[in-house]
Amino acid sequence: MIPELGNFAVMLALCLAVLQVIIPMVGSYTNNTLWMSLARPLSSGLWVFMVLSFSCLAYSFLHDDFSVAYIARNSNTLLPVYYKFAAVWGAHEGSLLLWILILSTWGYAVSLLSRNLPLDMLARVLSVMGMITAGFLVFLLFTSNPFDRLLLNTPSEGTDLNPLLQDFGLTVHPPFLYMGYVGFSVAFSFAIAALLTGRLDAAWARWTRPWTNAAWAFLTVGIALGSWWAYYELGWGGWWFWDPVENVSFMPWLVGTALIHSLAVTEKRGVFKSWTVLLAIAAFSLSLLGAFIVRSGLITSVHAFAVDPERGLVLLALLLLIIGSSLFLYALRAPVVSGTSNYGGYSREVFLLINNIILVVATATILLGTLYPLITEALYGEANKYSVGPPYFNIVFLPLMSLLAVCLSFGTFTRWKKTSPALLWQKVGKLAFVSIALGIVIPLIVTAEVNMGAMFALVLAIWIVLCIGKDILDKTANKADRLSGLRGLGLSYYGMQLAHFGFAVVICGICLTSNYSVEEDVRMAKGESITIGKYEFRFEGVVERPGPNYTANSATIQVMKNGENYLTMHPEKRFYSARGDVQTEADIQVGFFRDLFTALGDPRGDDEWVVRIHVKPFVFWIWFGAFLMAAGGVTAILDRRYRSRKVVRSDIPATDANGSLRPALES
Amino acid sequence: MQISNRTKLFIPAIFFLVMSGLLLYGLGQDPSRVISALINRPLPTFSRPDLFDDAKTITSEQMRGGIFLVNVWATWCPPCHAEHPYLLEISQRESGVTFVGVNYKDDVKAAREFLAERGNPFKLSLVDLDGSLGIDLGMSGPPETFVVDKTGTIRYRHVGVIDNKVWAEVFVPLIAQIQ
Amino acid sequence: MNSARKQKMTIVFFILFGSAVTVGLILFALNEGINVFFTPTEIAEGKVPAGQNIRIGGMVKEGSLVSDGLEGTSIEFITTDTNADVKVAFTGVLPDLFREGQGVVAEGVVDADGVFQANQILAKHDENYMSAEVKAAMDAAKKKQAAEVTAQ
Repeated sequence: MIPELGNFAVMLALCLAVLQVIIPMVGSYTNNTLWMSLARPLSSGLWVFMVLSFSCLAYSFLHDDFSVAYIARNSNTLLPVYYKFAAVWGAHEGSLLLWILILSTWGYAVSLLSRNLPLDMLARVLSVMGMITAGFLVFLLFTSNPFDRLLLNTPSEGTDLNPLLQDFGLTVHPPFLYMGYVGFSVAFSFAIAALLTGRLDAAWARWTRPWTNAAWAFLTVGIALGSWWAYYELGWGGWWFWDPVENVSFMPWLVGTALIHSLAVTEKRGVFKSWTVLLAIAAFSLSLLGAFIVRSGLITSVHAFAVDPERGLVLLALLLLIIGSSLFLYALRAPVVSGTSNYGGYSREVFLLINNIILVVATATILLGTLYPLITEALYGEANKYSVGPPYFNIVFLPLMSLLAVCLSFGTFTRWKKTSPALLWQKVGKLAFVSIALGIVIPLIVTAEVNMGAMFALVLAIWIVLCIGKDILDKTANKADRLSGLRGLGLSYYGMQLAHFGFAVVICGICLTSNYSVEEDVRMAKGESITIGKYEFRFEGVVERPGPNYTANSATIQVMKNGENYLTMHPEKRFYSARGDVQTEADIQVGFFRDLFTALGDPRGDDEWVVRIHVKPFVFWIWFGAFLMAAGGVTAILDRRYRSRKVVRSDIPATDANGSLRPALES
Repeated sequence: MQISNRTKLFIPAIFFLVMSGLLLYGLGQDPSRVISALINRPLPTFSRPDLFDDAKTITSEQMRGGIFLVNVWATWCPPCHAEHPYLLEISQRESGVTFVGVNYKDDVKAAREFLAERGNPFKLSLVDLDGSLGIDLGMSGPPETFVVDKTGTIRYRHVGVIDNKVWAEVFVPLIAQIQ
Repeated sequence: MNSARKQKMTIVFFILFGSAVTVGLILFALNEGINVFFTPTEIAEGKVPAGQNIRIGGMVKEGSLVSDGLEGTSIEFITTDTNADVKVAFTGVLPDLFREGQGVVAEGVVDADGVFQANQILAKHDENYMSAEVKAAMDAAKKKQAAEVTAQ
């Protein structure tokens, strides 16, 4: 009964979504206030039914209803309760339902929090969101329904959730990731609405910014969680593999970052409008592309949902419809900028333009690397002949990010429209020298050896941090007392600095751990030990241990620090009876300044085992830095100016940057 | 050549169309499907104890001269539990094929009890205690079913549960073909 | 040359320079990062350039995994596409999904003795137990065998 209810709720949701597409949009063109105002209740209703259907699926999971095919394939009576809930999004159909639930949630949020939006704009935004929702609901109902039943001879037991997924990381990673991916649909809808309305102005940028920041913050956390999960769960100590599925989550993030900065320029200076709209369309398009690649079976990866190409075809059609039509709309209706630029060579506009270009080029190269095997197959006909490995991505990506890190601080010091190079140098010149000095000296002192990679990264990170400090000092210099100066700076400013600071922390984390990690795979007998730095790891043997739905070989490793007993670690190898799968459970001792990582390999000979032991300095900073970036994004949203206020005529400058009267649309 | 500014705005759309073409092409390629190294090769020679009588041995020679469905199963495998009622029903209905059960890496007593309680679809039941027969067959994990034709050649390997739908769509045409 | 023209030329110069550097970097990176995939049959036929980092894939031959008599964490196994066998040597921890009788992909170099010295073993595959590359290799080998049978 409950699954039927869930199915029915999805169908009702589709009906409401279709109405949400048609009625407000028609109303916005015929100036029918009643029809336009129906957008809000329609999106509320849509959300309610999606919550209902999701709850029905969750309820069925928690009550082991194996008559539902999806549940039989992904759950088991022995599965712990919290995993039964997470199993709802453990495979394709359920995760699609989650995706749509989140889409309807963002739509509902837009309807609730946009009191200051003109009604016709709101109507169009919600209508576009309705189009996306309806498209995905159709895909779900006709090809991937999680409520399909196995009514004849219901199995008494399920196949169990893939053991790789039975982990905390994977219970939080998809929800956050989807909140991010799907969140970009709001910016996308705002962009489409602006193209339809012909009103692309500072007010539009100001409305779009908080939604974009929120989605970006969620995506940052989602990607960080995914990386942390891989580190924790896959048992190899790696945290980024340039795997196609990782790449497709990273590309929207890069474009989203460019979008945030581009929106700032459009709001403050009224330029880059076409760029910004294109970035908004691109960010969401890349999210959709990601969903397609992961679910179509096109590219094999440890992550990919095993879905047949038939569904991939339907999904591709959906993509073509949404992205294709939006890009054509863009080509036809975006404002065309002509004439000379009106900002100087060292202005903030230029640096943010450089920022955009770097991020877009990075995205393009990652896209190229990800699709390259497909391209070579299409051109040369040899299937699966070529694959692109991490060296490609690292060689292209790292220089670009380094350039970005350098420009970042310059960008915050420059002024809009014009900055004299001399002034710029006066502010930051000394800091540059200090950063270089510190970046070289600190590693030399701590490790007594020269490591170019680590030094270079440290120089960049210190450069960013020093510039942040200097900027705050400068901005509070003229106030009566520093404290009131600090208060006057506004959350938007703090958000920016916090996010940039987080970026510096991530740079440190990535480069220091890559350059200074020590990784040992050794064959050990009971009583043997190895020494890494100040730590000694002594292998104390392996015992068998039963678990709820597995049996495990559990190893004991005694760790000594500077000769004294420090802690005991228990890496395991687990055998899941239901699927016959083997799973390595690494034991990781997390520290702010270093992680100790141990994992159990295979038995060798009589009583020996292969053991993996890593000491990884600063790896925690990678995820800590990402969290700081996300926190920065959220802080910026909380700024006073995004709180509810009426639309004031003066928000929309009557003249554009050239001084001429602003037309509604340039052709 | 001066490209008008409006035309430049079409570049993203065109780029996207080209990429879609590439993705469409990618979808058209043969999806990776389960294959077996042993398809169209003879059933490996083996002899294993009968599940119900350790004194008796069952050999691969007994799987000749008819169509045999060698089903690898275990009591610790939940999908096998799900598959069981279907196998029971199909074995009673289809007289042209013979089901052979290979009890894989299992507890013999539990296996006997399972079949006694729930019914036995297998004409022959044998025990693969250490899983070596499974390795010889090239299987990854139960439930798996191998279709052996009259000459003792493996014609198909099915990974996963057999239910009525799978039977009708996959096995019926295959069996008709190898008659 | 007036200032606006000068500015335009500076922009054009930077764009060209930036593009050249980026394209150069991408080409260099592709060269470094591309892995070509070979089947055991191709390796047995000597089609592999010596000393080049490549990928191979096939099924792990049943009973071929040995670690006795080898030092440290070294292991050896045989990967096959049912037409030809290649010995693979690897030092380190094998991934969980590695199993005899299942597909495997390895990255490394073919040494002078024809043994594949792997520096990475990938047993990442989807629920269908075999990666697309390995499947293609097996298919090709099968076709070859069928051709040989009909030729006899």
